Amino acid sequence: MRYSYQRRTCAIPRAKMFPKGTKRKFSDSREEPVAGGEDVNQSSLAAVRMLSSYSLQRQSLLDMSLIKLQLCHMLVEPNLCRSVLIANTVRQIQEEMTQDGTWQIMTQALSAANAAAQCSADRLVATEVLCRQTEAAQGEQVPKPFPVVGSEGCPAKEVLEEEAAAAEVGMTMSTVSPQAPTSYLPGTFGMDPCWEEEETGEDDDDEEEEEDSEECGSGSEGEERERDSLVEDTRTAEQVFGTFEIKNPAPSPDPALEELFSDVDASYYDLDTVLTGMQSVPKMGPYDLLESLSSHGPSPLSSSTSCRSDLNELDHIMEIIVGS
Amino acid sequence: MAGVAGGNDFQWCFSQVKGAIDEDVAEADIISTVEFNHSGELLATGDKGGRVVIFQHEQECKNRPNLRGEYNVYSTFQSHEPEFDYLKSLEIEEKINKIRWLPQQNSAHFLLSTNDKTIKLWKIGERDKRAEGYNLKDEDGRLRDPFRITSLRVPVLMPMDLMVEASPRRVFANAHTYHINSISVNSDHQTYLSADDLRINLWHLEITDRSFNIKPANMEELTEVITAAECHPNQCNVFVYSSSKGTIRLCDMRTAALCDSHTKFFEEPEDPSSRSFFSEIISSISDVKFSHSGRYMMTRDYLSVKVWDLNMENRPVETYQVHEYLRSKLCSLYENDCIFDKFECCWNGSDSAIMTGSYNNFFRMFDRNTRKDITLEASRESSKPRATLKPRKVSTGGKRKKDEISVDSLDFNKKILHTAWHPKENVIAVAATNNLYIFQDKIN
Repeated sequence: MRYSYQRRTCAIPRAKMFPKGTKRKFSDSREEPVAGGEDVNQSSLAAVRMLSSYSLQRQSLLDMSLIKLQLCHMLVEPNLCRSVLIANTVRQIQEEMTQDGTWQIMTQALSAANAAAQCSADRLVATEVLCRQTEAAQGEQVPKPFPVVGSEGCPAKEVLEEEAAAAEVGMTMSTVSPQAPTSYLPGTFGMDPCWEEEETGEDDDDEEEEEDSEECGSGSEGEERERDSLVEDTRTAEQVFGTFEIKNPAPSPDPALEELFSDVDASYYDLDTVLTGMQSVPKMGPYDLLESLSSHGPSPLSSSTSCRSDLNELDHIMEIIVGS
Repeated sequence: MAGVAGGNDFQWCFSQVKGAIDEDVAEADIISTVEFNHSGELLATGDKGGRVVIFQHEQECKNRPNLRGEYNVYSTFQSHEPEFDYLKSLEIEEKINKIRWLPQQNSAHFLLSTNDKTIKLWKIGERDKRAEGYNLKDEDGRLRDPFRITSLRVPVLMPMDLMVEASPRRVFANAHTYHINSISVNSDHQTYLSADDLRINLWHLEITDRSFNIKPANMEELTEVITAAECHPNQCNVFVYSSSKGTIRLCDMRTAALCDSHTKFFEEPEDPSSRSFFSEIISSISDVKFSHSGRYMMTRDYLSVKVWDLNMENRPVETYQVHEYLRSKLCSLYENDCIFDKFECCWNGSDSAIMTGSYNNFFRMFDRNTRKDITLEASRESSKPRATLKPRKVSTGGKRKKDEISVDSLDFNKKILHTAWHPKENVIAVAATNNLYIFQDKIN
């Protein structure tokens, strides 16, 4: 009897060179004018400062690395050497980003994006895609736009959104929301094949458009605290990179936000899980993983979290956003 | 032994290819390890399906002394089966990671084969006689009626068709939490080591194991793993292991039973000008091999092969670039995971040349004396009997010459990870996915 040899699927085809088309054109999907707005100016200046092709590359490398660590399609124990090397690369990038201040800006922007966008982490969808778990629904989870990885303008954009009225936020959301369930991670991380699996019926938007769309992720630890479900899986990420010392203060949680994020599982995965191949559902976005580095409490590994529920919840959220 | 690069007196030519021809490669047929035995008479391959195929060198034809004999199948057996770890809900692949021959001590051959978790000692024996004339059984094997037996006879050994049997003699299991990447037989012929990412076990072939490991107390702090290990060819108390950070540690078992500390530490200082986010990944050593003399060791990292003098720890004595043109493509190779490919390397019998694989079914040889190098390809196109292999070249600059291939045209799915060099002759075995190519020098 032969086991299926497709088990060790990697979302990115092996021989495929880096797709040049997945550069994020952050300026294309920006709807708000850059000029104007007193608070806006400072944010956009910060964005401009960060703008550089090196930063773009570094950011995309970071995202790629985090995705590689997230992949839990495997039925076979993952290669520990590979995981350690990728983890070291992530560590390296994060250290450098901290040194030049980019890290602070990014995580703050992510938090701002959380508050502004009020969608739950589409990374939850990503985890559904990645992990193919089909457990019962876990509760409300709100899809969230992700900041476009690598587009330094995004944090500024998110700040803009925050400043904007709720209506505008809604508008902003609508630019991405039709694609919310599916767009962010693939565009960010090039996970096209994975997305294709889950996209059926989700939206009709062009995949390319999704890739270019802005994505905002929730990175705040405040959110994580809200997550009351799947307690065992929480705080696993702190085990991932124990030597990450960069710690960004979490913004104070927004009550409305908390409510929306009530059931999101904070656990991303812990290094042991990843490195030893136990299947757990990463529920946090990549940036959450990097942020929740401080607490080192070991947590029991639970492998029974739901991914399927995420999609159901996203549907629900989409109805809220689009329908209302 | 002659050098490697083309000269008037030496050229490589095709000898044989084993394996299916069709484009559709069954994953189980992908060769995962190749190893000559100590005399070179036997060539063993392991594949992803857990099978071991052993080829034997036919005696050279007396009439045609210029023609080397061929390697033909000697024995095939299923070494490992897929398993399931119920505790972790994970499959354990049956892929054979390494095969190592034991030195021959009697008429039978012994080899160690390992998958990710279990090492097995196999005995391959020949049987070419069988006994006939049993008293209690007749020729069919049926029991004879005891009352019919009126006389005794001595069974006689009669020749029969040669049968090669492989039987497992030892199973060394449950000693590795992580994936076994190396096994190495010690020069004392009694012990061997096995290494996974965090642990090296020292086994006695008969019974016990002593072990040491580098697993940190806190997995969060894990930043380095063991990538390969080998016993010294002459000094049975010495072994080395390489790491994912590009370092090699030499350990002497006489100093302590637990070799957590090393005797020598080999590391080349990093060139700050070429530092990138991928520096560490490409410095990870995928293979380490002692020279036959025991004076040098060779390490393979992603882009180069380095020869180290065991007496000099601060830098290698020789560095050979395997495919430097990939340095500008590291981001793409990281994305498609090719950057994690583990290439092996090998010495020739006299330690004057080294060989390693690359992509596009290319493999490279370096002559340490003349400093010449050559790139050859294992392909069906150049598989005519005794056809000379044409050197290949990858064009790096703008202008591509006629026979050159550009970097972007390289097929990264066709990788040569496993190669082996006959211990005494100029015969090499190159594993290209599911095909085994055997090349030899042209005898003029």
